[in-house]
Amino acid sequence: MTTYLIKNAQPYGAEPTDLLLQNGVIAAIGENLEAQGAEVVDATGLIALPGLVDLHTHLREPGREDAETVDTGTQAAALGGFTAVHAMANTDPVADTAGVVEQVWRLGREAGHCDVFPVGAVTVGLAGERLAELGAMADSAARVRVFSDDGKCVSDPVIMRRALEYVKAFDGVIAQHAQEPLLTEDAQMNEGELSGRLGLRGWPAVAEEAIIARDCLLTAHVGSRLHVCHVSTAGSVEIVRWAKSKGWNVTAEACPHHLLLTDELAATYDPIYKVNPPLRTAADVEALRAGLADGTIDIVATDHAPHPHEDKDCEWQAAAFGMLGLETALSIVQHTMVDTGLIGWAEVAERLSSAPARIGRLADHGRPLAEGEPANLTLYDAAATRTVEASEMASLSRNTPYAGMELPGRVVATFLRGKATVLDGKLA
Amino acid sequence: MKKHLLSAGDLTRDDAELILSTAAELRSLADRPIKKLPALRGRTIVNLFFEDSTRTRISFEAAAKRLSADVINFSAKGSSLSKGESLKDTALTLEAMGADAVVVRHWASGAPHNLANAGWSRSSVINAGDGTHEHPTQALLDAFTMTRHLSNLDGRRIAIVGDVLHSRVARSNALLLQTLGAEVTLVAPPTLLPYGVETWGVQTSYDLDAVLPKADAVMMLRVQRERMNASFFPSAREYSRRYGLDARRMGSLQEHTIVMHPGPMIRGMEITADVADSERSVIVEQVTNGVAVRMAVLYLLLGGSEPALTTSEESDA
Repeated sequence: MTTYLIKNAQPYGAEPTDLLLQNGVIAAIGENLEAQGAEVVDATGLIALPGLVDLHTHLREPGREDAETVDTGTQAAALGGFTAVHAMANTDPVADTAGVVEQVWRLGREAGHCDVFPVGAVTVGLAGERLAELGAMADSAARVRVFSDDGKCVSDPVIMRRALEYVKAFDGVIAQHAQEPLLTEDAQMNEGELSGRLGLRGWPAVAEEAIIARDCLLTAHVGSRLHVCHVSTAGSVEIVRWAKSKGWNVTAEACPHHLLLTDELAATYDPIYKVNPPLRTAADVEALRAGLADGTIDIVATDHAPHPHEDKDCEWQAAAFGMLGLETALSIVQHTMVDTGLIGWAEVAERLSSAPARIGRLADHGRPLAEGEPANLTLYDAAATRTVEASEMASLSRNTPYAGMELPGRVVATFLRGKATVLDGKLA
Repeated sequence: MKKHLLSAGDLTRDDAELILSTAAELRSLADRPIKKLPALRGRTIVNLFFEDSTRTRISFEAAAKRLSADVINFSAKGSSLSKGESLKDTALTLEAMGADAVVVRHWASGAPHNLANAGWSRSSVINAGDGTHEHPTQALLDAFTMTRHLSNLDGRRIAIVGDVLHSRVARSNALLLQTLGAEVTLVAPPTLLPYGVETWGVQTSYDLDAVLPKADAVMMLRVQRERMNASFFPSAREYSRRYGLDARRMGSLQEHTIVMHPGPMIRGMEITADVADSERSVIVEQVTNGVAVRMAVLYLLLGGSEPALTTSEESDA
């Protein structure tokens, strides 16, 4: 196995130092390290961060290999600086059995670009009616700890209560897609001033906030663990802040696109901006950024949602929800959170690596950059700028809302257990 | 004028007045024995209808034919559940056939924007009604009809009554009538007013009886009975009682006030038969005016910079 000597990297953006990656671990950190036979990586000017961990990725396999595969999705992840992703359960077949989650887990190992941790469905077929075999998935080789019907809300309060209770037996967490279905039937965009003008059915903030409030109360009542997916409204941030103030075990994520883009983009009727939950208002964006800065929002998760061209090159109402995220996430976080002075690189590491690894109960990811720790890390050039080209994405799909946009930063290298998955900004 | 007519909001006051004055010229054709002009001879206009609408399609077809354009009717009925790919493929087909203008009616809000802006087609696109978004030529014909009865619309009070939430007619009228200087009041139960309507610059009211005596024109919107199934109102009967226009309410109108409806009407629901057939009703005239207004739109969008009624051979070169 290649030994890498990384010269002059800046861990968490701090003073430059050298890191020696040997036998899958960070063997040494310090100035002027030397190692016989090691491949030297000049990291002058680059920030070293622990390998990023995405708690919310759609890899589409099995079932929609025309949109993404585990192989292409994890390539995109590695290029985005990720060493672990959680693959959402809304595949076809749904990841609601030990068999399917083991298949996805094995595909991830075979691809080798980053670790794939399957998310198990909460209910059979995501139908919201009866619990899937959560225990079997937890005990499987895939060791599932995160359960979600993402794409659909576990809207039945009794099912949600039972799920929260049941996963306590194996330290699981329910990751809720908070969307009251009856309030959002055929909803197309944020319900606001613009939806009324555009004649697009509104997705009101209350449909998200009411579910989050209910789930926080249920979580407290049964003493379990709740994770709130893709928080998108200022009201949701307030509710999560309140739940945390009570000491309840609630965590929350924000997506990069909700930190940057607003519902005004819907006025183009270009479905590249159609996503669920929808892009919200500038005030919501501000609240999400503030919540992420003060820790109310624990993590950034991509909700990377690949779709084939034809599902986006059509009328807004006919188009699929979702946008790519893995290859642009760190740049968007830099642009919205770091360059604005809201957080530093240590907080970036916490929000994009340590915290998501803790929520997913991953032992070997999100660890600090320290001697003896697993050599999962990424080298990032925060001084670079790039213009996003949809055609250059490693993802099989092209549905990035950032095409043509100039963004700061570039992932230069990613290491998974000491093995380079990305070098010089390209797949290794 | 822009290349496309996608939203009534895209029209400046000058644009709108040019369309209305051109329509007035063309309207006089309707009274002549020969109703046809050579203005768009050799031009191809496609009526692309993804949703049934006999009256709008016929109106556009008559307008195009009276300007001597070739008309292709393309009915591609698809449900909102079917994939949207057909819009793109249809657009590419029409492009290949050399359509100069595409008149599009679609169940999806924004579909005409997609057609105009997605790079699928170079034709002029005319929105003939998209989802619950807009129907700009309907607003133009409504404005035209009002000007014939009320002359200038400046300061005139127009009440638009009914299912504003789902109405593309209401959206386009709210935009256009304000551009033309009218004061618009939307009257509906709170459930049928769109979220954020307070930013539209219009008045709103839940009380029809309070609005009627001041109105110069009352436009009744179609209200589907099925809306009661989604609890927008408790029952058709209660709706009619509170928001329907009947003879008693008609009695509170000013002498000159006209009653309008974009059709198709549900008699007995939003309007009673005696009102619809009364002297005040201009509902049939709206249909006649629709042809003239659509002629004006087609003529102006397809490069008619000459006066519309010049009949010399040079004018359509």
